[in-house]
Amino acid sequence: MTDVQLRAVTAAYGRHDVLDEVNLVVPEGTTTAVLGGSGSGKTTLLRIIAGFMQPRSGEAVIGGRTVAGPGVWVPPERRGVGYVRQEGGLFPHLSVAGNIAFGLPWPRRRHHDRVLELLDLVGLPAEVADRRPDQLSGGQQQRVALARALAPRPGLVLLDEPFSSLDTTLRATTRDATALALRATGATAVLVTHDQDEALSFADQVAILTSGRIRQAAAPRAIYRDPVDADVAQFLGDAVFVPGEAATDGCVTCPLGTLPVRGQSPRGAVDVMLRPEQITLTPAGTGQLEATVRHVSFFGHDALVELALGDGAAEQRIRARVVGLQPPEAGDRVGLDIVGPVRAFPSRPDRPGGGQRDESPVPSSA
Amino acid sequence: MRASSRSRGVAVAATLVAALTVLPLVVVLLDASSAGVEEAVDYLVRPRVGELLANTGLLMGVTVPATVVLGTLAAWLVERTALPWAGLWRTLLLAPLAVPAFVSAYAWVTVAPWLTGFGGAALVTTLAYFPFVFLPVAALLRSLDPAEEEVARSLGLSPTRAVVRTVLPRLRPAISGGALLVALHLLAEYGVLEMMRFQTFTTAIMQRYAVGFSDASGSLLASVLLGLCLLVLTLEVVARGRRRVSRVGAGTQRPATRARLGGWTAPALVMLGTLVGLALVVPVATVLRWLGSAIGDGLVDDLLTVTASTVLLALLGGLAAVVAALPGAWLLNRRRSALTVLLERSTYLASALPGVVVGLALVTLAIDWARPLYQTLALTVLAYAILFLPRAMVALRAGLAAAPPELSEASRSLGLGGPATLVRVVLPLIGPSVLTGFVLVSLAVSTELTATLLLAPTGTDTLALAFWRETSALDYAAAAPYAAVMIVLSVPLTLLLRRQILEER
Repeated sequence: MTDVQLRAVTAAYGRHDVLDEVNLVVPEGTTTAVLGGSGSGKTTLLRIIAGFMQPRSGEAVIGGRTVAGPGVWVPPERRGVGYVRQEGGLFPHLSVAGNIAFGLPWPRRRHHDRVLELLDLVGLPAEVADRRPDQLSGGQQQRVALARALAPRPGLVLLDEPFSSLDTTLRATTRDATALALRATGATAVLVTHDQDEALSFADQVAILTSGRIRQAAAPRAIYRDPVDADVAQFLGDAVFVPGEAATDGCVTCPLGTLPVRGQSPRGAVDVMLRPEQITLTPAGTGQLEATVRHVSFFGHDALVELALGDGAAEQRIRARVVGLQPPEAGDRVGLDIVGPVRAFPSRPDRPGGGQRDESPVPSSA
Repeated sequence: MRASSRSRGVAVAATLVAALTVLPLVVVLLDASSAGVEEAVDYLVRPRVGELLANTGLLMGVTVPATVVLGTLAAWLVERTALPWAGLWRTLLLAPLAVPAFVSAYAWVTVAPWLTGFGGAALVTTLAYFPFVFLPVAALLRSLDPAEEEVARSLGLSPTRAVVRTVLPRLRPAISGGALLVALHLLAEYGVLEMMRFQTFTTAIMQRYAVGFSDASGSLLASVLLGLCLLVLTLEVVARGRRRVSRVGAGTQRPATRARLGGWTAPALVMLGTLVGLALVVPVATVLRWLGSAIGDGLVDDLLTVTASTVLLALLGGLAAVVAALPGAWLLNRRRSALTVLLERSTYLASALPGVVVGLALVTLAIDWARPLYQTLALTVLAYAILFLPRAMVALRAGLAAAPPELSEASRSLGLGGPATLVRVVLPLIGPSVLTGFVLVSLAVSTELTATLLLAPTGTDTLALAFWRETSALDYAAAAPYAAVMIVLSVPLTLLLRRQILEER
């Protein structure tokens, strides 16, 4: 039983509050991704679970045992928690085998079987066992760090942005290898990251952490589809916002028409949120709406198409994500269909109605 | 809390060591102030003191620029041009560091007896000290990213202007750091200047001591010397400049393209050859020549005894300096606070203390306050620890930087407690640096002359002392074996420093 429970955990560096009454439950054998920008407190959260830092107040419970709380403090070496950090942090004076066997008790350190088993688990060939850490690529170092953390069979593994120093292709393969290895050992895992794709694809549960507070924790699909507020919506993926008015029978009226709302809808003026994937393009004259293509960002696998609805002062800019090899060109007239229900949040004055959002609301550096 | 009480212990230890390093300064200033204003003015405002000032200024005014030009030019030729046998030149240009400056002076005195006074002093100090500039500049040139020069070229600058506007500004801290070392060594130099009969404050203080000073005159002169050291330190801070140089971006760095010398190859080779010939070949050949006529009965026995006592003193000094540097180095790497900044400054200050000041202060202290300590091994080792603490500190800090707290954390999360982490992670990582620091200090001790002359217990003989005694008696042949052993002992120093350049990245 190695679940993790954080109860009202507060942490501070000096007078600077980093975590503010954080509550989080990670069920046994599952993976939770904590998604946050730089300075959100996500690394602090991991360091408290690992035991490198003491919370100011609140409790941390691992596998039913309170490891930090009022009058209780279990040092990191007695928590049985694996920790993998951004740069791997391999011991430079030891070989790969020496690193992996580091946490094993003395008699077993001499046996090569466990090392080979772990190398296999993380998808590395047996030959690398005798190499030195600086002879490995970044992705290989990361895998060795994972193998080292898994060697003592911890019930819980903490991953602190383990893939962010790798380049794009290496990141994907290392991430898959890590997910596979974690699943094979059945360990509970907490991953901290600023990369939304990583959080959504890697974890069973995604928790959004901004300025020291957990805003929402839910399964990836649920949190993407039903963010609790506009901030979370923007934080996790592209979002299109248009001003609207709540109608009766769970609908809103907005420049995109009268649309069904998922979940609770506030009354009066609202901000309507939908994902760019919910807008599909059709040949001009065949859709529910008509728009002019202003700009196209072509990514190969898909394209983001910026559209103008109406004209003059009433012009409304929205973005649609389209797949296919033939996205429209700037200046084309196209038809639009809206697919699926939308979300509605109470209107906020600071929200521009045009859906003109920053491409990546999540800062790219940790 | 366990962790914080331990770090408090370290902080107390570090503070004690810092207090110890500034102790000589305090003692000398207190002793000097005991003279009273009138006596002090009487003693210091004299033509004699003016002459010492002028001599010191003249020597620094010639040697510092000469070493800067020679050291920088040589470093550029070796690291950035297509000079033939660059690796060999790199070693040869560092090798003069293995020859103690006073051995070099001895060689020149016997080769060219007419070369004394200012000319001889300037020549020998320039030849002995230019590696202090060559070393940091060569290391920096190796580590500089050529991309900056390429960007400058792509922005339309000629090759020369690209070097002037991108490389030279980056070299400024290395050049001024090297020049600082040269200037401090000049202020502290005794052996060379005494042999060349060129008077500076250090030689004057040593002469006062030799006739047995009963008044504060030695401390008064030492205070002026200290003032000059502080002036040099301040000048260096100004010369280094305020601009911070930071490495932007993480990308992998390529080695620089070497400039083709073309028609300049021959002049460059002649210049470096002359430099190495004067700085290395002349002293080594001279020592070897005298060595031939020194072979005789009892020489080996005597040499073994003196070498053994030198090595013992060197090992004790190295151990003392490393142990004393450890708490401060640990604090400086792990925690940044007002205390650590103060600590850093005091170490910096200590690095400017001339051997003569440390020796004088400890003699004064022992005579006035702790008579039983006078002329003991303990006091001598203490002087070495104070003098060479900065060297040990530099090496230890590099080592501790190689054992960042993250690695200790990784070990803790793998189930190891504090002591096990120390044994299996921290010690293996910092071990090589501790050893380097120890060796650097021991080598410095084994050729130290000034403080040893003042402090060594009667009957203790070191290589430097024996060499000095024989040269002072003008028995150049008898001095040669000691010089040869000192040179041989210093060879590892050159190799260590050479590795330092090569590893700079």
